[in-house]
Amino acid sequence: MVHPFLPLTDKDREEMFNFLGVKSYRELLKDIPEEYFYKGELNIPSAISEEEAVELLEALSNENFHNLKIFAGAGAYDHYVPKVIPFIISRSEFHTAYTPYQAEVSQGTLQAIFEYQSVICELTKMEVTNASVYDGATALAEAILMALRLKPERKKVLYAESIHPNYLAVVKTYVNLEGVSLEGVKYDRVTGQVDLNDLRSKLDENTATFAFQTPNFFGVIEDGFEIRKILNEKGALLISVYNPISLGLLAPPGEYGADIAVGEGQPLGIPLSFGGPYLGLFSARMEHIRQMPGRIIGETRDLEGKRGFVMTLQTREQHIKREKATSNICTNQNLCALMALIYLSLLGKSGIKELAFQNTVRAHYLLDRLVKETPVKRVFSGPIFNEFVVELPIEAEKVIERALEKGILAGVALSQFGYSEKWMSIATTEKLSALDIDNYVTLISEILRG
Amino acid sequence: MLVPDNLKYTREHEWIRVEGDNVAVIGITDYAQSELSDVVYVELPPVGKQVNKGEEVASVEAVKTVASVYTPVSGEIIEVNEKLKDDPSLVNKDPYGEGWICKIKMSNPEELKECLSAEEYKKLIAEE
Repeated sequence: MVHPFLPLTDKDREEMFNFLGVKSYRELLKDIPEEYFYKGELNIPSAISEEEAVELLEALSNENFHNLKIFAGAGAYDHYVPKVIPFIISRSEFHTAYTPYQAEVSQGTLQAIFEYQSVICELTKMEVTNASVYDGATALAEAILMALRLKPERKKVLYAESIHPNYLAVVKTYVNLEGVSLEGVKYDRVTGQVDLNDLRSKLDENTATFAFQTPNFFGVIEDGFEIRKILNEKGALLISVYNPISLGLLAPPGEYGADIAVGEGQPLGIPLSFGGPYLGLFSARMEHIRQMPGRIIGETRDLEGKRGFVMTLQTREQHIKREKATSNICTNQNLCALMALIYLSLLGKSGIKELAFQNTVRAHYLLDRLVKETPVKRVFSGPIFNEFVVELPIEAEKVIERALEKGILAGVALSQFGYSEKWMSIATTEKLSALDIDNYVTLISEILRG
Repeated sequence: MLVPDNLKYTREHEWIRVEGDNVAVIGITDYAQSELSDVVYVELPPVGKQVNKGEEVASVEAVKTVASVYTPVSGEIIEVNEKLKDDPSLVNKDPYGEGWICKIKMSNPEELKECLSAEEYKKLIAEE
């Protein structure tokens, strides 16, 4: 059979089989035990023409809500994406480029990554940033593995239970090492912050690291300085998971002495895109760089003394160190890192402050109004940035369903993460106007009264 | 290629010098450093670690490759060459002297018998 997109003919295949000394494709897979092969028919519809496919996809796309007012966050935020971002990243030099192994022909890509690393270092006050990993959750898992390499004699990992539950699920899958235990530290039921007494009681000389998130899953800001002090008593490493936009206002991880700082880069000009691709921000102290996973781009001079960029410290990486590499992620999120770079370049130092301010002002305003004017209750008393958790008199799912009819995505029902079915997480961004917020408050009171 | 007569060697291009009270000093050979070219980092083992014959005790990183250093003898790491942290190029400049990697207090000096003599090692690198 000749296929328009597959170059091999049956005759080509036969020649290849003969050369390899096998009879069929199946024989090439003989190492896979029989019971693992899927036996039934795959449920894949038959081929349709390009025109039919476009029609089908457009019809599906029309089922989406358009111009939805988004008050949902919980890890991904609906920030405005400036038009210059899709314009620049669509240039084929960036869009089609692959891993810049050959520095001579990759200077543009390498310079972009170098600048991305530099702006993330400035934002976080950390000393070194890699070229990025997949997303915030994998960044956290990689950070924990890195901490274990930095403290090879210690076998305990502590994490705040107020970290995003999806991140913790990835960590539990990823950090599955013999002899290493993962233990959760409780959050204070009143403030929503890390329970420092619980942290003190679980921290010991065998603890390699403690990881926390700020603002945490409940939107509550943690005290990185106090946590650092506690960890110093036992010489444990500090891993901070941060929201990059929040650093326009809050103390960056480098200032309170994080050893490793990771975060989800999506808020930095990357569209929501149904959950990905996103961007794993990954920074550390310079003294830890040898155990850092991922690609690092460095600045150098060529033979004529001109400025140039290269992949550096590659001996940590899989293409050289094989099974002993620091990570088996051997790529990065280049295009998304470029989006973050453009976004931060557009904002500049004063822009990110203003943006953070605009986000937090909206969250505080909305929370005040909801508490005063509706039967909604604030769940945690700790300070917030752009997000908070409320308790509704009825199930959150029902409120969200009713609000969707009016074109408003009211929040995220926390029952799906194992919390009370009346808990809802609400987030605000600069995209929401004062009128949007007024309408939201009115709608919520109507739903709850009705 | 320098292959001093007073040292023992391995097939993995380490050299061993026995000092005083059953202490083995380990490094990589002149041939090994020239094959690696510019050494940029040496990962050293923790002092006090018990190691078994054949185990990886250090790794030597060059610009585009990395080589493991295996110990030909069992024992305890009693000292590492701290100077390599600041100047890993000592491995290139003086592989049998300033470029030594670690010292092991041997628990079974008999294991040394399996090492190569300078003559045997010369033959080995001539074949490579």
